Amino acid sequence: MADARSEILSRVRGALADRPSPAPVVRDYERTRVVDDPLGLLAERVADYQAVVHRVPTAELPARIGECLLARGASTVAVPADVPQPWRVPGVNWLPDEPPVPLTELDGVDGVLTGCAVAIAETGTIVLDAGAAQGRRMLSLVPDYHLCVVRAEQVAVSVPEALARLDPVRPLTFISGPSATSDIELDRVEGVHGPRTLEVLLVSA
Amino acid sequence: MARNPVTWLGSPTFPKAAHAALADTQLRQNLRKATTTIRGKRAGVVAELDDWERLRHAGESIKDDVLANLDTYLLRLEESVTARGGVVHWARDAEEANRIVLDLARAEGADEVVKVKSMATAETGLNEALEAGGVRPVETDLAELIVQLGHDRPSHILVPAIHRNRAEIRDVFRREMADAPASDEPRDLAEAARRHLRRKFLSAKVAISGANFAVADTGSIVVVESEGNGRMCLTLPDTLITVMGIEKLVPTWADLEVFLQLLPRSSTAERMNPYTSVWSGVTPGDGPQKFHLVLLDNGRTATLADTVGRQALRCIRCSACLNVCPVYERTGGQAYGSVYPGPIGAILAPQLVNDPDDEQAASLPYASSLCGACYEVCPVRINIPEVLTHLRSEVVQAKGKRTPEALAMAAAAWMFGDPKRYEAAQRAGSLTRFLARDGKISHLPWPGSKWTSSRDLPAVPKESFRAWWRRNRG
Repeated sequence: MADARSEILSRVRGALADRPSPAPVVRDYERTRVVDDPLGLLAERVADYQAVVHRVPTAELPARIGECLLARGASTVAVPADVPQPWRVPGVNWLPDEPPVPLTELDGVDGVLTGCAVAIAETGTIVLDAGAAQGRRMLSLVPDYHLCVVRAEQVAVSVPEALARLDPVRPLTFISGPSATSDIELDRVEGVHGPRTLEVLLVSA
Repeated sequence: MARNPVTWLGSPTFPKAAHAALADTQLRQNLRKATTTIRGKRAGVVAELDDWERLRHAGESIKDDVLANLDTYLLRLEESVTARGGVVHWARDAEEANRIVLDLARAEGADEVVKVKSMATAETGLNEALEAGGVRPVETDLAELIVQLGHDRPSHILVPAIHRNRAEIRDVFRREMADAPASDEPRDLAEAARRHLRRKFLSAKVAISGANFAVADTGSIVVVESEGNGRMCLTLPDTLITVMGIEKLVPTWADLEVFLQLLPRSSTAERMNPYTSVWSGVTPGDGPQKFHLVLLDNGRTATLADTVGRQALRCIRCSACLNVCPVYERTGGQAYGSVYPGPIGAILAPQLVNDPDDEQAASLPYASSLCGACYEVCPVRINIPEVLTHLRSEVVQAKGKRTPEALAMAAAAWMFGDPKRYEAAQRAGSLTRFLARDGKISHLPWPGSKWTSSRDLPAVPKESFRAWWRRNRG
């Protein structure tokens, strides 16, 4: 008996004996979209998912990080080891992920602060790629509160624009609001296994 | 050959199951409420995109390209996943897939595995196979958990517990969970699921997932979800086993720009689902350090061989067709006797089963009024009515030569095959005029009575067109 791999491949080739020649892929959909205020659109769409969004001038970012954490009552907060130093404001017990924070300890922190790679205005989505100021995937997953910094230049309007900026070989997480479920009567409720609170600091000059 | 577990053993044919389901008024109420909600929301988010129809066409043609070159893309995927530290396995059928997964779980010494909702493993009956092999599967998607704890069967592709309302779900939780809530508020029920599963996520060694998409070029696997249970499973355990149908490919990363727009708006009616995870093989220091990809055939190559039916393999499992189907809304998903209910199930399940003697599977293409609503909402433009009628004609052919339909067709072929025989038959036909009242025939002798018992037959004209033509112009 042939091995499964060669048998499946030969079944595929047999099934395609009619040599189908499908129509070429036409990409006449909108790859880029122009909107007046991409940051405003992002803020509006993220808020639609019941996430909290703040528009913040660059100079005020550290102060606003401190205010958010204070308002949340978050005293022990995990961070990727490479977040910009000014983000680690005084008065918080910062837990940098270096060496890697053990899972059980991460489960006990009050929150996590990260940056992101790209944001998609049209869908209100933030994408993390484990790059600068983002850390390992579990860092932004296990804590119940995620405070995320998005810089203006990271914002793309459409899904195609955002995907073009991303490297698929990196581990990617697309986040659109806090965790949610539609499993009871197909009605969306926020807050299941992922962070139940997502707060976004949208930074522009 | 073992039977394909995509349909449930011992399920009645669709008409019988539908008859029973229609008597369940609670079920109909639950379904009407849920599908009405989602239909309205979907229409809203789809209307936001001016280029929706162009996206649908692109989705259709990308998937058609995948199917037409499936061998090439599968080999490319295997190469790219392997290059990034993953291990690729091939499974001809459900049994083989289940054995591969069980062996891998055992090799890791796991007696419990956490699972992300996956149609492929529901199709193979993986949970039963794992249990039989001494490994306990824990469903972590809320709806799957409700089905698992309720010892129930799924009834929807996206929301397997759609047939249960909040009060029924609370009752299931109270029976099966130590600290279940007294309230039936969805928020409290979600909180109960969070507490119930938290410890399992943090301690699991092995996770099992499906895949929404796999990018052939880069070996990137995509899982689209809402609750974060997917992220937990895909990130925390050291070993990840992903089972995916061989048709779930897209050629390039850029192709996802189409599907990540089509899928969330079609399925949960959101601009984007809460979480989408993408990974390529193994990333040192981040996520599972062992990654296995099981490529599943289980009837897909047989489906691919049918030039009309193969379009069913474009399906991205959004379930929009279920939510608009008048038949599904009234019978619910379990009447279809398969993990794939609704319009897509009616064309996919019988093709995957691929057994002309299976009466239950053969009854599924009749679970439709051919209204076409499913085709209209399908994000990859699967012409479901076309495949339904095609499969019906195959059912009729396969029924053998002794059925009344086959006998009638054989007689018709003999009669149409010769002009003299045809004219003789026409003359014989006009004799039935003696049975007519007011131009209609209400009672034919057997076997014609089978027709006239439910509808009238128009009387045959006194003279045929051929006879008239010869008399006037000949």
